Amino acid sequence: MVNTGDTAFILVSAALVMFMTPGVALFYGGMVRNKNVLATIMQSYVIICLVSVTWTLWGYSLSFGPDVGGVIGNLSWFALRDVGLTPSADYATTVPHLAFMVFQLMFAVITPALITGSFAERMKFKTFLVFMILWSTLVYSPLAHWVWGSGGWLAKMGALDFAGGTVVHISSGVSALAAVLVIAKRRGHGKEQFIPHNVPMTVTGAAILWFGWFGFNAGSALTSGGLAASAFVATHIAAAAAGLTWLITEWIHRGKPTTLGAASGSVAGLVAITPASGFVGPVSALIIGGVAGTLCYLGVMAKSKFGYDDSLDVVGIHGVGGTWGALATGLFATVAINEAGKDGLFFGNPAQLWIQFVSVVTTWVFAFVMTVIILKVLDATMGLKVTDEDEVRGLDITQHSETAYNL
Amino acid sequence: MRKIEAIIKPFKLDEVKEGLMEIGVKGMTVTEVKGFGRQKGHTEIYRGAEYRVDFVPKVKIEVVVAAEMVAEAVKVIEQKAKTGAIGDGKIFVSSLEEVIRIRTGERGKEAI
Repeated sequence: MVNTGDTAFILVSAALVMFMTPGVALFYGGMVRNKNVLATIMQSYVIICLVSVTWTLWGYSLSFGPDVGGVIGNLSWFALRDVGLTPSADYATTVPHLAFMVFQLMFAVITPALITGSFAERMKFKTFLVFMILWSTLVYSPLAHWVWGSGGWLAKMGALDFAGGTVVHISSGVSALAAVLVIAKRRGHGKEQFIPHNVPMTVTGAAILWFGWFGFNAGSALTSGGLAASAFVATHIAAAAAGLTWLITEWIHRGKPTTLGAASGSVAGLVAITPASGFVGPVSALIIGGVAGTLCYLGVMAKSKFGYDDSLDVVGIHGVGGTWGALATGLFATVAINEAGKDGLFFGNPAQLWIQFVSVVTTWVFAFVMTVIILKVLDATMGLKVTDEDEVRGLDITQHSETAYNL
Repeated sequence: MRKIEAIIKPFKLDEVKEGLMEIGVKGMTVTEVKGFGRQKGHTEIYRGAEYRVDFVPKVKIEVVVAAEMVAEAVKVIEQKAKTGAIGDGKIFVSSLEEVIRIRTGERGKEAI
């Protein structure tokens, strides 16, 4: 039976999540040099178009379609065959199946967009497009199926991931790490200074992300009611706490609190709360977010320790934040908030933490290995990095024949 | 005829401009530049990483005057642009070969 309240909520949530991808575009865009801002924005924007099409054709079927061995969905829902207005028997049973599909579509879109931050300012556009199609099909869909698909093996094992800590954040964070290890560093990295060209743009992006995240997390309740409200509140509190702890950490470490830090911190909190949002209470959310702010700040510092060129800190924020969030779910989850979930360690069930750990490690290994393979193949066939000359001239002019600011 | 180029602190521009106009200078060209001499730059922080920014914003004023006026013009600029702190700037005086007013075709001192 279609519930109009649930349907309205899911559709609005899908729109909110859609808005997050342009939000990512601006968040990243402001942090690169102005000769690369359009190319950076373009990478996120074109994914909206590209992955929406592949999702419609085969992505949704592979992720959520009839299960094959717990590992992947089959292609019987190719081009959304049999996906119509009747609610699915397994997913979001009170809204039209199409509504659930399009909600999930927005997740499939934003996840690869997150990775773009790691190789910002240096990837060839054509190769990038192929990479996104391959990654979405070979990494995202399997992971989504394992965690959220009916019959998916991680779901059957009991892993808790309310809105995508593993599927979205760990997968993109770890894939970002794979990418920076395969794709060469930016010219001048370590010697030249790459300063964000437009911090207001980045903060605008962060604000859009925070706003959209209400759709991302609360919408994942798939119903309109108490659970959505709980997830909404947990999301917001975690973002706020993380913003503060990042600022405090930064203030102590570097002597000044920065705008970029406030924006980055709140995003880190949003990342961390994502898998836990529908399973934890407000105070737990405060702690999860609070820890995320400091932890992800340190995660970003790790970049200089290990010397990899993760341009926009996807590993430090999504990789580290997502891992903490997924594990924190095993600590703080309580059936008092969500009967369909489980209790975590702090509520008397230590076993859940182990299950979370397995899902985290699985995601780490799978995403990393698959991404390395895909990129190595693309490097051998198409080449990943732009030429030195193009890199110096800037991607906007060389990849897109455009200049961002003709003032 | 002489060309006077003065690199000064940006907030001193209005004072210097007024001062020059008061002694009869009729026009000038102003550019926003950046540079450094003894004045050090500053540090910016992004995502916990410190960045040294060596270049400091300055303003460059170019005026062309008759040779007789150079000493007075230079004195005005020196007085008005000075704060006493590092980074006040420098004044360069060079000879000019020719000056032409495009509209009328006047040359030499008449064109200034």
